Amino acid sequence: MQRKAVALISGGLDSLLAVRVMQEQGIYVEGINFFTGFCVEGHTHAIRKKDQKKPKRNNALWCAEQLGIKLHIIDIVEEYKDVVFNPKYGYGANLNPCLDCKIFMVKKAKEWMEAHDFDFIITGEVVGQRPKSQRKDTMPVVQRDSGIDDRLLRPLCARNLPPTLPEREGWVDREKLYDFSGRSRKPQMALARQFGFEDYAQPAGGCCFLTDEQYSLKLQDLWQARGEKRYEMDDIMLLKVGRHIRPAPEYKLIISREEGEGKFLQGYRKQYPSLKTTSHPGPLCLIDGDFAEEQIEQAARIVARYSQGKNADKVELEYRDTEGNTRQLKVTPLPPHELKKEWVV
Amino acid sequence: MAHETLDCRRLLCPMPVIRVQDRVAELQPGDELEAICTDPGVMQDIPAWCRINGHQVLEQKVEDDEYILRIRVGEPSP
Ligand code: SF4
Repeated sequence: MQRKAVALISGGLDSLLAVRVMQEQGIYVEGINFFTGFCVEGHTHAIRKKDQKKPKRNNALWCAEQLGIKLHIIDIVEEYKDVVFNPKYGYGANLNPCLDCKIFMVKKAKEWMEAHDFDFIITGEVVGQRPKSQRKDTMPVVQRDSGIDDRLLRPLCARNLPPTLPEREGWVDREKLYDFSGRSRKPQMALARQFGFEDYAQPAGGCCFLTDEQYSLKLQDLWQARGEKRYEMDDIMLLKVGRHIRPAPEYKLIISREEGEGKFLQGYRKQYPSLKTTSHPGPLCLIDGDFAEEQIEQAARIVARYSQGKNADKVELEYRDTEGNTRQLKVTPLPPHELKKEWVV
Repeated sequence: MAHETLDCRRLLCPMPVIRVQDRVAELQPGDELEAICTDPGVMQDIPAWCRINGHQVLEQKVEDDEYILRIRVGEPSP
């Protein structure tokens, strides 16, 4: 009887290898990729114009295609919020709740496994690879808290860990699994060569934006401004785009840095009031928050500063509310020394 | 055979792929689904998803900054 495993596919090299190791042992594998909203995949590459020359690809889909497996992409945006807001095991260096995140994903994968009659779960985790979530002492925590227990196999480091059910039952041969550990990527790269994988993705920080310092600071700023931990999909998308400037606690400006971002922000003009320079080429700016009428001029002066009219006496802009009503403004661009450092998020 | 349209405008990848995936799961083999999207990433991602899962892309085109893909639902795998 052919045993079936469901693999957590991040799009990185490790899960790619883990699946191939299982396939070598005759296991049937399908992949799951969870979309939290913070995934590095896709978005910003699609938004920023300068990246558009490179062919974009979704690495999880790419991995699945290399492996010849089905991939199920699952939207967990809503449920995942609780993981981000209240991580039982806390955050990593930034707002990344890695251990809670792993537990959550394995738990979701377990539900899928049971609903689809699969036998066990595999991940590309390696002992000691990540300081918080992939340590020898946290690995059993994932198993316990997710409820998956010994139906979770990590083919790349299994020989450093106690035998799991698939090993004990002889579904897989423990001797043919690996004993990788630590932060070195060399064993993985050697194995990739052996399997003939090229051109795989090697994300530097981690699999999501929550490991990014700048991004985490912007998210924290948002929570602070709102007085509570809360976000919507649009918020977390917009944190990836443009420069963010908060001239007053009540409101924030999101100013495009190049054409691609401008085009992207344009899609939000029905949800956020916006400013656009008309006398000179310049950015598009969304205004997020509650602001008073007299603050629009200040906002316009900041936006003008980022336009080609930054040295002009006056710059004209159009203010547009969410209903599409517009009005014209004529302002002096804010001189650089008046743009306070602490405004820049 | 059903012919359906799915509005994926303003969604960023992988959301359009997820929408297509979830809609296709409710359709029958041979049915057609047209996805209208604004993220150019779909031109790569939706065909990749179709190849992996055994569906056919009948047409993909760009019209007025919109990316339109027509898909025929494949047979479920055993
Ligand atoms: S980097 Fe992000 S997606 Fe990856 S485990 Fe940590 S929180 Fe989860």
